[in-house]
Amino acid sequence: MITKSKIPNILEVYEEELLKDWVQEQLASSTRRADLISESELRQQSAEFLEAFRQASHGDNLLDITTPQWDHVREILTELSRSRAQHGFTASETATFIFSLKQPLFARLHQELEKNADTLSEENWAATVLLDKLGLFTTEVHQQNREAVIARQQQELLELSTPVVKLWEGILVLPLIGTLDSARTQVIMESLLQQIVESEATIAIIDITGVPTVDTLVAQHLLKTVAAARLMGADCIISGIRPQIAQTIVQLGVDLNEVTTKASLAAAFRLALQQSGQNVTETPQDAARR
Amino acid sequence: MVITKNDTVPVRSSEDIVRVRQAVRTWAIDLGFGLVDQTKLVTAASELARNTVNHGGGGTVRMEALNNAAHRGLQLTFEDHGAGIADIELALRDGYTTGSGLGLGLGGARRLANEFEIESRPGEGTRVRIVRWT
Amino acid sequence: MERIPILKMGDLLLVTIQVDMHDRLAIALQDDLMNRIASTSARGVLIDISALEIVDSFIGRMIGNIAAMSRVLDAETVVVGMRPAVAITLVELGLSLSGVRTALNVEKGMNLLQASLPLPAEESADGHNEE
Repeated sequence: MITKSKIPNILEVYEEELLKDWVQEQLASSTRRADLISESELRQQSAEFLEAFRQASHGDNLLDITTPQWDHVREILTELSRSRAQHGFTASETATFIFSLKQPLFARLHQELEKNADTLSEENWAATVLLDKLGLFTTEVHQQNREAVIARQQQELLELSTPVVKLWEGILVLPLIGTLDSARTQVIMESLLQQIVESEATIAIIDITGVPTVDTLVAQHLLKTVAAARLMGADCIISGIRPQIAQTIVQLGVDLNEVTTKASLAAAFRLALQQSGQNVTETPQDAARR
Repeated sequence: MVITKNDTVPVRSSEDIVRVRQAVRTWAIDLGFGLVDQTKLVTAASELARNTVNHGGGGTVRMEALNNAAHRGLQLTFEDHGAGIADIELALRDGYTTGSGLGLGLGGARRLANEFEIESRPGEGTRVRIVRWT
Repeated sequence: MERIPILKMGDLLLVTIQVDMHDRLAIALQDDLMNRIASTSARGVLIDISALEIVDSFIGRMIGNIAAMSRVLDAETVVVGMRPAVAITLVELGLSLSGVRTALNVEKGMNLLQASLPLPAEESADGHNEE
């Protein structure tokens, strides 16, 4: 292994030219994405990175980018990757940021070391390894960030599609449909509580007729929502509990003693009306028609 | 994982407990936590800060903003050199109280955080670390 | 030390908590409230926490204490305006506040109190007969 690499020195001496050439490489590249990033932004990002890169290269661990001397560089790349992921760059496009630095760096290495073939090839190798590691790092970060963006978009979609219906004065209905996973349930429940505040409802009916299965986590979320609503001053009725679900709930050992439950939405509605001091009565005509 | 910001704040009085709540709220907002997450963080911090004041004889909290590339996080480490806790398991159990309400503090803080770690030695002090991620 | 103001409205006492209370202020409120209930023979206490962004176990316990102690002094307590984020957090924290009645806002809280107490019509808070 090289005892003292020439790379830090080269970064120091040729900083300005390296920056110029590197930016040019990026601008000329097919992955330029001028639609997503302006030239001045590109220049700024490159300058910031090069500066940090130069400083980090002075430590003893030139090739181990997990060591503290590389902390700041990783910070910059993490932020850069995150922002590019958000703007829609692919992982490759982001990694090109690093890889396009190879050519300018090799050129300078060749200039300095052309008399010494062995050293040149060693330094070239070190430069390649280093930039490959940094490039791969940005790809990893980018990946994680894309996943985070997608997750957040899914969340926002969930929030937009939360179906809370005002059934009557002071009575809300939340008809849940489909499989409930923990994340979705959490979002929907938070939304229900918010709706309770906004519509000043005193009773919320959570109807789970359309839910095929309920596991412990979801059952717990339901119970927590009921408890939270009570703390806020509203009561919840859980309706539409099918026999299979009732069985699962009992088997799971979930304690529904504190919660009012009704088999059907209609029964829940009738109860809700009663609790809010109202009653549905039948007129003689209705009775005759029935 | 990178620490992008850190600060250490004294936790010695009941006014400090309020200051810690406000500081944690500010940091949580900066890190992009949603409202419910913010509330959980601030509440957990309040519980732990109170323990530090009332049972630890006063101490400090170290606040660290974390970034592990996929998520941002807020790490709070409460430290005191007070009496320490002899039986941690017991203290974590809800309702356990030595009078001024150690009852829900530890167990509650643990439930409100994503990561929870406690070290305590009687006569030496206590350190509690919690993290919540976005 | 400043203290949280307590308003008297007929037979009811109204407390609006608008600051992030430090522990001593909370204890002072508890004491002040008990003294006021006793001295005014109040029948109802309305605690408005709609401005509170957090309720931790200390405040939670204070609320529970107030409700329990008021009942001993023959007054009903209603806590109103708890925010969703606060409610969710309290449930996670494990604080049930089971002895405490709650309502969404001051208006509903007053209705709740008036419904549960036989207050004479002239003294109802909003000045006209309740149905």
